[in-house]
Order: sequence, then C-alpha cells, then structure tokens
Amino acid sequence: MKTLIKPEEEIPFGEVQIRTALAEDIPWIVSLDEKTTGEPKLQYWQDLFAHFQQSRGVGRAFLVAEQQGRVVGFITGEVRAFEFGSEPCGWVFALNVDPEIRVHNVGTRLFETLCETFGRAGVEKVRTMLNRDNHLVLSFFRSLGMMAGPFIQLEKDLD
Amino acid sequence: MKLQKATLCGLYAVLELAAHSDQQISAAEIADKYDISINHLAKVLRSLVRAKLVESVRGAGGGYRFSGNPKRVTLLDVIELFEEVGRDAEDSPPVYLDEGLALHKVLREIDDIAIATLSSISITTLLKIIEKQKRGTKADTKAPVRSSAEGV
Repeated sequence: MKTLIKPEEEIPFGEVQIRTALAEDIPWIVSLDEKTTGEPKLQYWQDLFAHFQQSRGVGRAFLVAEQQGRVVGFITGEVRAFEFGSEPCGWVFALNVDPEIRVHNVGTRLFETLCETFGRAGVEKVRTMLNRDNHLVLSFFRSLGMMAGPFIQLEKDLD
Repeated sequence: MKLQKATLCGLYAVLELAAHSDQQISAAEIADKYDISINHLAKVLRSLVRAKLVESVRGAGGGYRFSGNPKRVTLLDVIELFEEVGRDAEDSPPVYLDEGLALHKVLREIDDIAIATLSSISITTLLKIIEKQKRGTKADTKAPVRSSAEGV
C-alpha cells in the first residue's frame, strides 16, 4: 500500500530552527497564511506582531520555524486568565506550516516550544479553537494529545 | 453515542492489530482478549479485509495484520464500515413542520460535532490515548495506599 507519509529523515531543504518572530518575518507569515487560507491579511499579522512586541512577557510568544533563511511555519499564543470563567491557561491563536514541509514535526516543535513558554508561566493547560471542518489541523492537535475541553463555543447571526 | 456490536468488534480488531503491526494475530486471540464471539469477529474481519485495512495471512502462524496507514485511518473510517454515522443515520424529525425543522437543526449540531470528533482521531492517536491511560492506571496502582491512621 502506498503511504502518503514521507519518512522523517527526509526533511526537504535542510534543518529547521525555531525562534522568536522578527518584523522582517511578517511578509513570510502573510504569504504562508495566504497559501493555506487564500486570503492575504497583512494588517492583521502586523497588528498581531505589534501586540506581541509591545507586551512581551512571560507566557506569550510569536514563534517562527526558519529553514535556510525562509520562514516555513509559525505559531502564536499567550496565557489568558479568567475569560469565560476559565482558570489561567495557554491559548494557541494561530499555527501554520508550509504544506511543502508538513509531516516532518515542524508543527509539533512549534507547539512544544510554545507549550514550554506556557509551562514557564505556571499554567497547566493549553487550549485552542478551530473550525470543525478543518480535519487536517484538528487531527494534528488530536495527535498531540488534545481533547475536547469543557467549554462550548456558541454564536448567532446579528439581526 | 452508542456503537453497534459489530462496530465495536471492528474497532477492537483494528486497534489490536495496529498496536502490534509487526505481528500476525489470530482471530481467536482477538476474540479471547475482548471476549467476543469468534464467528461474529470473523465476519467483521472480512469487512476489514475488504476495506484493505487488514490483511489475512495464510499458513502456519498465519492470522491477521493491520495494513492501513494508522496515522491516516480515522475512527470514522472504521465505524462507517459497519454503521451510518450522523446525518440521516436515524429517523429525523419531519422537516415540513417548523418544530421538526428546529429539532433537526439541533440534532444536526450534535451529529456535526460527533463526525468532527471521530474523523479527527486517527488510530495512532487513539493508541496514544490508550498508552497514556495505561500509564495513568499503573501510576495509580503504584501510589502508596494511605491508611486512615496516617497523619493522625
């Protein structure tokens, strides 16, 4: 049977380094996001980056995965407390890996590095939210041990 | 959510074979471990073979072997071989009534969540959950039992 999974040793284009995002990474992040969502959101990513720059602190990180000078993945998240009656916990706001390099643990490394940041901030739980039709990313988070949490997201159309 | 007997047998067989993917396991061994009828299991295994999730190995020391990709095969893939899941799986309230339509909307919400959950959990992920559970059980067993007199 033909497998879709590439062997882990065959990471194309070389080693990947996880580091804090810099302003010059924004165009890469925008392009990576556009590649998967089909929508360029320059302002959104600039604002999010500025938020992380202005309020750098414990329990907050905007990380990128760099490979030979190009950004091949990113993750953002921070510890939030008491919203929705929740105890403090780490929230993953965004995670993306270049489709060319997926299934080589880049997403896992980004996630684990962010979780270390959360752990240092003293929280014991990490949460995220995503579209239930996004099977690929849902499966990825599941494979990392994430399960449905105790909160239910509700919404309604504004009249 | 309640799964049919055949579905549960199918899931047990897939999990057992995927957990020992380097081995061939006989139907009798699986039936014995999960306390299920061997005739029932044989039928279930035939469905799994037809779906190319399991291979039957003939000859001495033969048995069954998992042949799918455990990182890609989801719980939904296995369940759907034996029963319908979610929308239209059960009698829906009639949608020509407003009440029926409203009920249908709520039930569909539940179905959508069930489908999203089952289709996002791969066999590998479930095996990890099982391993974690085992470690938890072992740790609980190893924890010293405190007598009621302790700390007095």
